[in-house]
Amino acid sequence: MTRPVPLLLIGLAIALPLSLLAGRVWIDPFGDATRNAAVILMELRLPRALLAIAVGAGLGGAGAAMQGYLRNPLADPGLFGIAPGAALGAVLSMWLGYAVGPYALPVFALVGAAGAMALLALIAGREGGVALFTLAGLMIASLSGALMSLAISLSPTPFALSEIVTWLMGALVDRSWRDVWIATPLTLAGLGFLVAAARGLDALTLGETAARSLGVDPRRLQTLMIAGIGLTVGAGVAVAGIISFVGLIVPHLVRPLTDRRPSSLIVPSALAGALLLLVADSACRILPLAGGELRLGIALSLIGAPFFLHLLLKMRRGLA
Amino acid sequence: MLSVEDLSLAARLSGVSASLYPGQVTAICGPNGAGKSTLLASLAGLLAPDEGRVALGGEALLAMPSQARAQAIGYLPQTPEVAWDVSVEVLVSLGRIPWAGVPAGEAQDAIDAAIAAMDLDEFRHRPVSRLSGGERARALMARVLATRPRWLLADEPLANLDLGHAAALIARFREQAAAGRGVVLVLHDLANAMNHADRVLVLDRGSLVADGPPREALAEDVIARVWGVRANWLGEEGGLALSHPPC
Repeated sequence: MTRPVPLLLIGLAIALPLSLLAGRVWIDPFGDATRNAAVILMELRLPRALLAIAVGAGLGGAGAAMQGYLRNPLADPGLFGIAPGAALGAVLSMWLGYAVGPYALPVFALVGAAGAMALLALIAGREGGVALFTLAGLMIASLSGALMSLAISLSPTPFALSEIVTWLMGALVDRSWRDVWIATPLTLAGLGFLVAAARGLDALTLGETAARSLGVDPRRLQTLMIAGIGLTVGAGVAVAGIISFVGLIVPHLVRPLTDRRPSSLIVPSALAGALLLLVADSACRILPLAGGELRLGIALSLIGAPFFLHLLLKMRRGLA
Repeated sequence: MLSVEDLSLAARLSGVSASLYPGQVTAICGPNGAGKSTLLASLAGLLAPDEGRVALGGEALLAMPSQARAQAIGYLPQTPEVAWDVSVEVLVSLGRIPWAGVPAGEAQDAIDAAIAAMDLDEFRHRPVSRLSGGERARALMARVLATRPRWLLADEPLANLDLGHAAALIARFREQAAAGRGVVLVLHDLANAMNHADRVLVLDRGSLVADGPPREALAEDVIARVWGVRANWLGEEGGLALSHPPC
């Protein structure tokens, strides 16, 4: 059942050092010492690589749990409205001009994520039903989106406008150790909640009523999901902006390698998400692009959209 | 003993009282909307009644920890779903969820026994999507058996099964009752209830209108009163068939 785990760990062990060497300045470990190599490695590339691992792990694990919870292979962690909530927080911090303070943006984003989580819990109520919960998430997502658009349209300066728009595209450029220290513990805690939810997600395979007959408390499961998705996705958005499709694609790629129980999927999806983001971010750094580098969020959407279409077509064939 | 005392729930059940015993197959029958599924779900501890209570061995079911309740009562819903295309063995292993922390060897024994009891050995590694309707029904039942519950509750387990598969599944339920478990089935087909249950509860518009051995509870006058159909039982004991003119 855990077959993919060693494979993915080996993949990460190979990809991590390679990603440290790749970039605008290539570092040849066997050649002459590159100027400023230590600074580039320790202050730029290592935190960036670790951040890609943390954010990717959070999104991958969240996607696997989300698909298990909604019993739908097309579910994405974005459906709960937590990512848009976090993004709204971040946009507000830039709008208010607090983004210059070192912690304002991630803190605002986390507050936004927490707000979305609290609202979800409040709307979903005591029943713990999945359908109402999903609709509540969609409502929060569209409300956050509308408020974000409002903030953008009313942005006080052209500078804030461009900053908001760029940030929303999602990237790991110019991140520092500070971001690593914010994202890593929160992501780990979130993944912990999702792993604690795994048994309940397995039971949900049989539907909500059968899951309750197996002793699963839907309310507790929902709380674990809100905490787990909120922390992983909230932390990811706080340090990297909106990065779509990872949570959707990764569980799909990993599922055939497992016994298909949601519980067998969470940890491998976290590792695969980490690997995907690490490789994608390195690729963004290397790709020659006039005027800078390809934004990670855009790159993943460019890969993700055709993949999603492929899934839809496959499902349509299955239904026919 | 699993019992309901003066159970009322919304407009679906009113004042139902009955005590069910292990070692028996009890059938719950009644017209559409009579409250059969509601009663079964209440017996499984999945619905909170407005009045009255459900008790397992004298203890209020809803006051029990959900894990202990899930260990004691296995429940198969009316429209069982399997969201992911897992293998039969993985599906059956989900029945062990209430027993978190039990040694893996014991869990595997229970899974193997459930697979054997439902004649699924050759399908063990087959994905659920590639099972026939009858095999799937047996796999879902094996999932309930893997819990090793004292009570087996199933909501119309024979729906959509052809005669052969239905007969095979009934035989399995009888085996479970003979092994000392309490078996409670919602059955639509009155002939199955008549021929294979030890006891029948008949519900009509939320009230218990007959309770006893099948011969009494499903007597022709009860059928006329509850279902509004003048029908006759034909044939011999154990193989009775219900004959009725078109209404």
